[in-house]
Parts: sequence; C-alpha cells; structure tokens
Amino acid sequence: MSLSLKKNAMPEQDPKVRARNFDEVALGYEAELAQAEASRCLNCKAAPCRKGCPVDVDIPAFIKHIKEGDMEAAIANIKEVNGLPAICGRVCPQEDQCEKFCVLTKRGEAVGIGRLERYAADYARQQGESAATAAAAAVGQKVAVIGSGPAGLSAAGELAKKGYAVTIFEALHLPGGVLMYGIPEFRLPKEIVQAEIDGLRQMGVTIEVNAVIGRTFTVDELIEEEGFDAVFIGTGAGLPHFMHIPGENFNGVYSANEFLTRCNLMKAYRFPDTGTPIHVGKKVAVVGGGNVAMDAARTALRLGAEEVHIVYRRSETELPARLEEIHHAKEEGIIFTLLTAPVEVQGNQEGWVTGLKCIRMELGEPDASGRRRPVEIPGSEFVLPTDTVIIAIGQGPNPLVQSTTKGLETNKKGNIVADPETGATSKPGVFAGGDIVTGAATVILAMGAGKKAAAAIDAYLSGKRAGQA
Amino acid sequence: MYKILLKQELAPNVKLFKMQAPLIAKKAQPGQFVILRIDEDGERVPLTIADFDREEGSITLIFQEVGASTKLLGTLNEGDSLLDLVGPLGKPTHIENFGTVVCVGGGIGIAPVYPIARGMKAAGNEVISIIGARNKEILIYEEEMTAVSDTLHIATDDGSKGIKGFVTDPLKQMIAEGKKIDLVVAIGPVIMMRNVAEVTRPYQIPTVVSLNPIMVDGTGMCGGCRVSVGEENKFACVDGPEFDAHKVDFAGLVARQRMYIPKEKQYAEHCASTREGGCKCHSH
Ligand SMILES: Cc1cc2nc3c(=O)[nH]c(=O)nc-3n(C[C@H](O)[C@H](O)[C@H](O)COP(=O)(O)OP(=O)(O)OC[C@H]3O[C@@H](n4cnc5c(N)ncnc54)[C@H](O)[C@@H]3O)c2cc1C
Ligand SMILES: Cc1cc2nc3c(=O)[nH]c(=O)nc-3n(C[C@H](O)[C@H](O)[C@H](O)COP(=O)(O)OP(=O)(O)OC[C@H]3O[C@@H](n4cnc5c(N)ncnc54)[C@H](O)[C@@H]3O)c2cc1C
Ligand code: SF4
Ligand code: SF4
Ligand code: FES
Repeated sequence: MSLSLKKNAMPEQDPKVRARNFDEVALGYEAELAQAEASRCLNCKAAPCRKGCPVDVDIPAFIKHIKEGDMEAAIANIKEVNGLPAICGRVCPQEDQCEKFCVLTKRGEAVGIGRLERYAADYARQQGESAATAAAAAVGQKVAVIGSGPAGLSAAGELAKKGYAVTIFEALHLPGGVLMYGIPEFRLPKEIVQAEIDGLRQMGVTIEVNAVIGRTFTVDELIEEEGFDAVFIGTGAGLPHFMHIPGENFNGVYSANEFLTRCNLMKAYRFPDTGTPIHVGKKVAVVGGGNVAMDAARTALRLGAEEVHIVYRRSETELPARLEEIHHAKEEGIIFTLLTAPVEVQGNQEGWVTGLKCIRMELGEPDASGRRRPVEIPGSEFVLPTDTVIIAIGQGPNPLVQSTTKGLETNKKGNIVADPETGATSKPGVFAGGDIVTGAATVILAMGAGKKAAAAIDAYLSGKRAGQA
Repeated sequence: MYKILLKQELAPNVKLFKMQAPLIAKKAQPGQFVILRIDEDGERVPLTIADFDREEGSITLIFQEVGASTKLLGTLNEGDSLLDLVGPLGKPTHIENFGTVVCVGGGIGIAPVYPIARGMKAAGNEVISIIGARNKEILIYEEEMTAVSDTLHIATDDGSKGIKGFVTDPLKQMIAEGKKIDLVVAIGPVIMMRNVAEVTRPYQIPTVVSLNPIMVDGTGMCGGCRVSVGEENKFACVDGPEFDAHKVDFAGLVARQRMYIPKEKQYAEHCASTREGGCKCHSH
C-alpha cells in the first residue's frame, strides 16, 4: 500500500472571500476524501494517538468504521467518550494532542483525526440524528449545574442520562459558554452548539438562562432552599486580563472578550439591524498569540478592518494558538508583528486610541514555562499607529461564585481547588471542573472534567440514596 | 416570562415599569441593577432597581427615553413581556447607622437614590435628601422621597420648584452652617456627581456615587465597564456600581460613555426608518 505522506487537504473557502464573511472557513471532507483520509490510518495495535486524547477516543476503531463506511458505528464509538465530537473535531488543538502521537508523523503528516471526527459527527447530524440519548429511569435526585460551557454541558448530559433531574443555571441570555460568545461562527457554527443544547433539552435538562449564581441564587441556597442534592460548578475563566500599561481605558481599546461578545453573542456584525454597536476602525492591533487573539484578529478583518496586526512578545514557534488558526490567519492577511511587546496605548484629546507604543524583544534563557523568556531590546521603541487595540493576553476566574459560597477552597489565582479525577471540592456535594479549576485551557479538557465529575456525582448520590434506603 | 405589571409616565420621556420578577425581587438590595433585553436583536440595557416588593414578586424600573432602546422600551405596555431580565447585579449599597446621611438625587438619578434613602432611614440614620431636576415637570419621586427623609430639599435649574440652583447648593449651605454629615450618597448625571464630590472633598466627607458606564454582560466578563478608581481599574458591574466619589476618574468615565454616540444615532435612525415601513429589526 502506498501511503500519502500528506493529509488530504481540507476544502476551504478562498482566503480572499472568507476574510469578508462569517461563514465557516473549513468546509469539511466529502465522503470520498474522508474515505481516503481514513485509509491512511494504519490501525496500530498500540494506538499511540489515543494517549494524546484527553478523553481517550478509540481513534483506530472509529477510523476503521469510517473506512468501512459504517458511519453509525463510527459515531457511536466516538460518542461513548466524547459527547461533543462536532465541536472537538473543529477546535481541539490536535497537533498537540491526538495527532501529535500518530506514528505517521515520523515520516510525514499525521492522520487527520480531528477532521475525521468532525466528518463523522457532521454526517450523523445531517442524517437527523438527534443528540439526545434515552435517559434512564428518574432516580429522584436533583443536580444543579452552574455555567453552560463545555464542562457544564457535558456534566449535564451525563447526569441526565443517568436519570438525575438536571438544571443548568447560566448567567447570560444564551447557553453555550465560550462556544457561543467566544469562538466565532467562522470556526464553529453556532447551529452546531445549538444542536447539542437542544439535545440536552430533549433529554429533559432544564436550562435557566439569566441566572447569575452568587446573585440570583447562591450555591448554599441551591442546596439548602432549592433542594439540589449536588452542585457542579463550570463557570469557566471569563475574567479578562488587562496589561496594566498607561492608556488602556482609551476608547477603541477592548478586551478580546468584549470584542468577541459584542460580535458573537450580541451579533454586532449585523448592526444596525441589531442594537449592539462595535467599533473596528481601519488599523487594528491585537495583543496576544493564542486562539483568542487569532479569533479577535480574524473577526476584526471580517468586520471591515484594513490592516490587522497580531502583536506577540515571543516568536512564531511559541505562538500558543492552534496551527490551523495561525495558518488561516496568515492566509487571510493578518500581519504577525512578533517579538514585540506593548508598553503604552496612546490616545488623542477626545479620548480615542491613536497608537500602540511597543518595544522589540529578543529571546533569552528559558523561563519557568520552559519557553525562552522574551527580553526587551533597549532603545527599540516604536509606535504602531492604530485606531483599535484588542487585548487577548488571557483570562482568570470570575470570583462571583467563590466569594459567595461558604467553605469553598480556592488557590492563589482564585481557581476552585478540585480533585482532578472527581472534581470534588472542599465543600461536600459540590463539584467543579473546566477552566474554573484549571485556568484557561481547552474545550476537550473542560468536557472531560464535566464527564468525570458527573461520574463522581453519580457515585456520591447513589451513596446518599443507599444511605436513605 | 418577564411581564410588565404596571406602566406609568412619571414625567415627559420618563417611564416607570413594575416588572414581574419574583427571583430578582427576593434578592434585590438598594444599589443593585438589572440588565434587560427587549427582543432577539435588542441590546442589553442596564437599569437600576428603583424599588422591589418581595411579597408581590415585583421590581420597579424607572427609565429615561434617551435613545433607540429606551424609546422602544417605552412603547411596551402593561401585559407585554421582556425577552430577558437578569439580576440583581452589582454590589448592594453599604447600609448601616452612620449618623447623618445626605442623599442627593439628580434627574433620573432620584429613582435609584430612593431605596437607598429608605434603607438608610430604616437603619436609624437621620436622612437629609436633596433632589433636583431641570424644572418641576421632570422632577420625579418627590412624594416617595419626602416619606423616607427627615428633611427634603428641592432644587430646580429654573426655580419652578424649590430653590433655583443646583443640588450642590443646599449641600454647600449645610456644610457652611456646620451641619455634621457622616456620609453623602449622590446619584445622577456624571457632572452632578463630580460636583458633589468636589463640594465634599475639602471636608473629607465620605461620599459615594453610583456609576453608569456602558455595559455588556454585567457579570465581570467583558471589562467594557471599567473605570479608573484611585489609579486602579475597576469593573463597575461587579466591583460597583458604587464607588468612593473622591477617587473616581470622572473625566475618563465621561469619555468612555461617549464612545458609541455616532453609532447610537445611526441605530436610532435605522430603527425609525425601518419601523415606518414595517419594522424589520424588532418584532414589537
Ligand atoms: C475566543 C476563544 C477561543 C478559544 N478557542 C479554543 C480552541 O480553538 N480550542 C480549544 O480547545 N479551546 C479554545 N478556547 C478555550 C475553551 O473555549 C475553554 O477552555 C472552554 O470553553 C472552557 O469551558 P468551561 O465549560 O470551563 O467554561 P466556559 O466555556 O467559559 O463556560 C462558562 C459558562 O459559565 C457561565 N457563568 C460564569 N459565571 C457564572 C455564574 N456565576 N452563574 C451562572 N453562570 C455563570 C458563563 O457565562 C459561561 O457561559 C477558546 C477560548 C476563547 C475565549
Ligand atoms: C448600572 C447602570 C444603571 C442604570 N440605571 C438607569 C436607570 O435606572 N434609569 C435610566 O434611565 N438609565 C439607567 N442607566 C442608563 C441606561 O442603561 C442607558 O440610558 C441606556 O442603556 C441607553 O440606551 P439607548 O439605546 O436608549 O440609548 P443610546 O442612544 O444607545 O445611548 C445613550 C447613552 O446611554 C449610555 N448607554 C448606551 N448603551 C449603554 C449600555 N449598554 N450600558 C450603559 N449605558 C449605555 C451611553 O452613555 C449613551 O451615550 C443605567 C446604566 C447603568 C450602567
Ligand atoms: S477529542 Fe480532540 S484530542 Fe481527542 S481524538 Fe478528538 S480531536 Fe483528538
Ligand atoms: S497512530 Fe495514527 S496511524 Fe496509528 S492508529 Fe493512530 S491515527 Fe491511525
Ligand atoms: S459589563 Fe462586562 S465586565 Fe462589566
């Protein structure tokens, strides 16, 4: 068998066209391409790829099913461990996870595991497969899930399957967490997330939007007054970090969260048909090098910016974003201004940003994270003229739940302390998982944490039932 | 779901809604606010909880029709519902027996001052209130404020009610007369709050103001509501909305509030034109 060393290319919208629309960039494999890609998999016994997947998808098995054309078996296989394959197939950083360990990387490119996972999930959705799975008989206990990001959604799904009465409390008016308000439509169509949410509703999960825990209810009230037997906290890492440099409050300076929320959640790209405005300007500087920065930069371009810079203090190899996003951003014309750190936002009399003063950096010795530390080059300051600055340098935990819950232990950074295997916190009956525990991480890790916590909640509540019997 | 139980016109372009909102009413404290959305394409509009009735399960909102969203809100009637209503948001006012508290409300700001004055009174304070507006037609909540204040001063720009002048005038006079004031709470237009801050600053009278920067989520997630307070950036929706008036960067607040003025005009014009020929952007 002669194997291609390269992945089958993903059909994509032309960069020039897509840079001005919000439709999905990657169009997905057609059946033939999927077959061809699946045929590249050697079906390794040891399946090294599996150890790169945080939820241990049985990769050779599902790919084999695709190869054999048994799509039902393929999707069933994935769904055993991954409840959100259409999402993970699109947004997992595969090059750092499953595909990193694929044996084919020794000679060429890995099997397109993510692309095949997406193919199987999209196929199932197009066949009208509902995301709902039959729930077990009601067990008569209530679980509250706080937050509707991937951690909350997967915990809710698992618990509903086991027969618990689950209510999700979501602060915003739309469930989905970062999948809805953060990651843009052109990377993750909202109808896919919506389908998952509809599936949960069909399984009997109640979703209370506009419910801010810590305000509308506290965790203690959910347990003591509202009769919930256990609580899962999946509130994410939603608190935007700023740079603490002069001028950050000038008009035209956004956190990536605000910029993306205005666009995705509030649909500012349809303004003035919708009521929420957004400012883009002609020249945009996005500070940061992760997925959030790429999303903000590419969104700015689509909203009509003429020139968009990614300003990142390390070099290309250290960019934390998914490879595909970096590649797509470049194709679309995003300018990478690397080894550059902002020192001041400059503005005019009316309070509007006019430029970003930066300093050039060079890489020194490795720091605690193992990456080479960026060091300022004295005297290399320059001003990047810009009318919009978007800060995408990371997010921390929102303190609202922690500060209003008695006996909930947090760490120095304000994250909830939880057992990595069970999600159990210092407070009995209260579990947590996802970004609120780990700090900003990935969709699949959040999903996995929700799932593990669901299993632990089931064990905890079964124990309670047995105790009462 | 979030039904309008009662609608009143308090003054030209100032309307009161009593909203059915049992969960919010149960928790609401003076100083807190809600965020509402009228319909699917609508923006998130923050409004202060002007009153709450825990037994009836209702909250009162008072709003001034200043732009497209608040004007549209004003066209809703009793029995209509809002699409979204979330709260109570923000930190409650710190209420205790301070001694003598002066509550200053300007224009629409009188509404949010009212539950604070009532709370301060109930906590045992001597409550001296000063309310003001451009003229007597747009002066709201006079009766309510009278009921919860030991003394009430009124100031109008044109002298059509109370003294002719600003709310700061009775405050200055009190201070000049040597009245011992333990706390001043001021809510109203930014310029008024800033002037109150300047009046009390030389005497170091603790002064609290309630800020209303542009907000999106109201949960601390976007940072759009940040204001500089004592050299530190605070998120008004979660760290506030009330802050120490002597530390607030009012100029910065004003500049940020003006960020979208051209866009707000564009939206208002767009809504006006689409609504004439059958509104496309809103279902009401
Ligand atoms: C722009 C962007 C792009 C990203 N791209 C990728 C990517 O390509 N691949 C990848 O793997 N990861 C990506 N990530 C990271 C990933 O999205 C997160 O790691 C993941 O969403 C975390 O899931 P979660 O369930 O823990 O929290 P979230 O998704 O943050 O959801 C938390 C939810 O809880 C709600 N909430 C918070 N506080 C309360 C409260 N007090 N009461 C009620 N509800 C509350 C929030 O409103 C939110 O809906 C990206 C993140 C961002 C912001
Ligand atoms: C915590 C808080 C409490 C408030 N309480 C009240 C109240 O009790 N009664 C009342 O009449 N008004 C209140 N406001 C102001 C009210 O939210 C704005 O008047 C309203 O959003 C204007 O919307 P619009 O579309 O009608 O006007 P627009 O034409 O869009 O805007 C007019 C002005 O209102 C301000 N504004 C616009 N959008 C927002 C937004 N999303 N958030 C905050 N301000 C905005 C801006 O300064 C703008 O220039 C409060 C604001 C905040 C932040
Ligand atoms: S869930 Fe993510 S890491 Fe696991 S196999 Fe799928 S794409 Fe790879
Ligand atoms: S390591 Fe690569 S080739 Fe081997 S089973 Fe996994 S995906 Fe297939
Ligand atoms: S309104 Fe978004 S953080 Fe305050």
